[in-house]
Amino acid sequence: MAERLHRFRGGLELPGMKEAATASPIRVMPPPKRIVLPLSQHIGEPAKPRVAPGERVLRGQMVAAAEGIISAAIHASTSGTVVAIEDHLVPHPSGLAAPCIIIDADGRDEAIEPVPLSDWENRDAGEIRERVRDAGIVGLGGAAFPSWIKLSGNRDQPLDTLILNGAECEPCISCDDMLMRERADEVISGARIMLRALHARHCLVAVEDNKPEAAEALQAALAKFADPRIELVIVPSRYPQGGERQLIETLTGREVPHDGLPLDIGIVCHNVATAAAVHRAVVHGEPLTSRIVTVTGGGVAEPCNVEARIGTRMSELIAFCGGYRGDVARLIMGGPMMGFTLRSDDAPVIKASNCLLAGTAEEFAPRRETLPCIRCGACADACPASLLPQMLYWHTRARDFERVQEYDLFDCIECGSCDLVCPSQIPLVSHFRYAKTEIWGKNEERAKADNARRRHEARQARLEREAREQEEKRRRKLEALEKMKSGDAKKAEIAAALERAQKRKEERS
Amino acid sequence: MNFNQAPAPFLKPLTSVGAIMRQVLYALMPATIAYVWFFGWGIVIQMLIAVVFALAAEAMMLSLRGKPLRPFLGDCSALITAVLLAWALPPTAPWWLAAVGVIFAIVFAKHLYGGLGYNVFNPAMAGYVVLLISFPQQMTQWIAPDFLIGESVRLSFMETLQAIFAGFPAGTDIDAVTAATPLDHLRTQLSQGAAIQEITTHPIYGMAAGHGWEWIGVFLLLGGAWLMYRRVIKWQIPAGVLLGLGGLAAIFWFIDPSTHASPLFHVFSGAAILGAFFIATDPVSAPASDKGRLIYGLCIGVLVYVIRAWGGYPDGIAFAVLLMNMAAPFIDHYTKPRTYGHERP
Repeated sequence: MAERLHRFRGGLELPGMKEAATASPIRVMPPPKRIVLPLSQHIGEPAKPRVAPGERVLRGQMVAAAEGIISAAIHASTSGTVVAIEDHLVPHPSGLAAPCIIIDADGRDEAIEPVPLSDWENRDAGEIRERVRDAGIVGLGGAAFPSWIKLSGNRDQPLDTLILNGAECEPCISCDDMLMRERADEVISGARIMLRALHARHCLVAVEDNKPEAAEALQAALAKFADPRIELVIVPSRYPQGGERQLIETLTGREVPHDGLPLDIGIVCHNVATAAAVHRAVVHGEPLTSRIVTVTGGGVAEPCNVEARIGTRMSELIAFCGGYRGDVARLIMGGPMMGFTLRSDDAPVIKASNCLLAGTAEEFAPRRETLPCIRCGACADACPASLLPQMLYWHTRARDFERVQEYDLFDCIECGSCDLVCPSQIPLVSHFRYAKTEIWGKNEERAKADNARRRHEARQARLEREAREQEEKRRRKLEALEKMKSGDAKKAEIAAALERAQKRKEERS
Repeated sequence: MNFNQAPAPFLKPLTSVGAIMRQVLYALMPATIAYVWFFGWGIVIQMLIAVVFALAAEAMMLSLRGKPLRPFLGDCSALITAVLLAWALPPTAPWWLAAVGVIFAIVFAKHLYGGLGYNVFNPAMAGYVVLLISFPQQMTQWIAPDFLIGESVRLSFMETLQAIFAGFPAGTDIDAVTAATPLDHLRTQLSQGAAIQEITTHPIYGMAAGHGWEWIGVFLLLGGAWLMYRRVIKWQIPAGVLLGLGGLAAIFWFIDPSTHASPLFHVFSGAAILGAFFIATDPVSAPASDKGRLIYGLCIGVLVYVIRAWGGYPDGIAFAVLLMNMAAPFIDHYTKPRTYGHERP
């Protein structure tokens, strides 16, 4: 199928910076004393708590249920007692606190009885999806979109290809690499389950060419499963190869419509770690209670990949990796291109935490002074979406948000390539995020204003109608009165006529 | 433990404005040496004068505008303006010509439009055109290449310095040390009805274009190629200029080679190569997209030919660049590239 690879536009050759954390095997971290489970670890509605403070919970027990369609359940990641459901610092760019279920571990790490769906090959797609949903699985590449939704095909368009994304193009991050090296069987098994759920014809597992060990392990796993539908594809290492749209372009030469989904062109894309999680949920009956996190950067003593329980606080994760080293300037969740800084290491590991990066000042120098844009166009050359960042920047500075949208601001995937190549050191991505927020805010405002206008108009109409009705009523009353009056006159006339007749009668007699 | 927050990306920036501008200066070095070889020390002195006045004007304008000096002087953009203007001046032009030119370029064409990144016109070309229009006599008195004039009248470094700052020493035979540029010569001769074949037998002509000039052109080409290799500039604008000029020249040359110079002559004469690689590629005043830049380059090339063939000046790079600077926003408007995932037109 993928005989010939295509090339996505733009992008950058970046240093891998992955050696430190891939030197040693994945280390499994024992459950910490305290688990902090944010109710919102995914895209969509926050989960709804199903436990109360004081309740004892077991590992794998659902402590919060999915609320609405786009949402995901959350499970206790060790056994212990729920001590509170309250606001706690969460890993979010805002640095704010959000509702979390807080569990004090009892150290016994008792799990609920797993219920494997071992005969999944005979189960229908709906049952597999339900299992994935109940296991609380979300996209583990960092986006954290509820996975079961992406396992339902599209009724109008037959699904052609499932892509398992193992590109992992961002510097420093190596959790998928290590997963593929050590647990390739789980990835391929997960791919087979996903193929069943999606009724897809075949599956491409994409790995960047800087991960030969992972590719070798996957090849071995493929030989073991001997499933002709699944194929390993080695793609060039180029940032952002792991971007869903860029990877699809590389593998198929096709573009996802700007206002659509990969599904619209018969493709579904999942991360390799998500596939492994699906395998665990279906074959072993284990919900998502842990994930592999790359802990790296010059500021951490023993860079490595850790399988950590969801809800482990970053401070404890760092301590497990030998603690901080040197002068840590930034603590970043995610990679150095698209990650965000954490205000404090008190925030917990969540399902989306692929990497924790403790950077020293030498590694990530503070920005130099920004110079004006010289329109050199380096940003446009680097942009994988074929945008003109220099024009977007120009119009953002002028707050001309209409023009910004004409230049397709909303096709920006915020990969940061333009930012990195800018000779004037302009924080372009920050400008584009600002413009997006402004436009969303404006649209919301406009929606509100429209709403208010409609309400005002409705009220006006109602008042007019009421006034008209009042008028009508009064008019009718008046008429009735008139009629009544005129009715009286007739009666009087009749009476008068009768009287006259009576008189005449009397006169005659 | 608490940490400072900052927006992504966190990797160190890959380049800087100063680094880009400095590479442009490096790329001009070999051609500058060739220029000195053929025309003496004049250009170096002109460069020094221009640089001193450019930096002074830049510093003055920055402080008037309340801008920090260090980052903006460090960006080397004023240096480029000065060096390019020096390239455009006759090597023995009086010192105040370079001074007036760069001061106009920096003060009016650059800072009054908002400084680095905001200038509509290429500052060096704006400065050059002001000089050309205001001081036509001084601007066209070009020194003859060294090989044309005898050892006895060739200007030494000190004599060049004196010529620039105090005028030619008394007793200098001006006609002996100066000569028309090949473009100028060809133009005058053509207007007198001579055929190209006989005009080019004159000793100022070399293999393809002006003797000496063509070698400077070769070194400018090398410098430009290096800039492309370093990805400081892209191929669209230089290719556009040379193709527009050479293509149009080829058509007319094909029709009648006795009254129209060859495309090779046009490309290697005057400021064509300098303009294509070092002047028209100024990103600030050029269009933003690749397609736009190709169109921009082509139009400059065509305009240069039109001005050379039918206009009032022997060369037309400066006017062509300035005219197309005005068209840049218009080109930008119609050459927006197709964004990923959008309909193909």
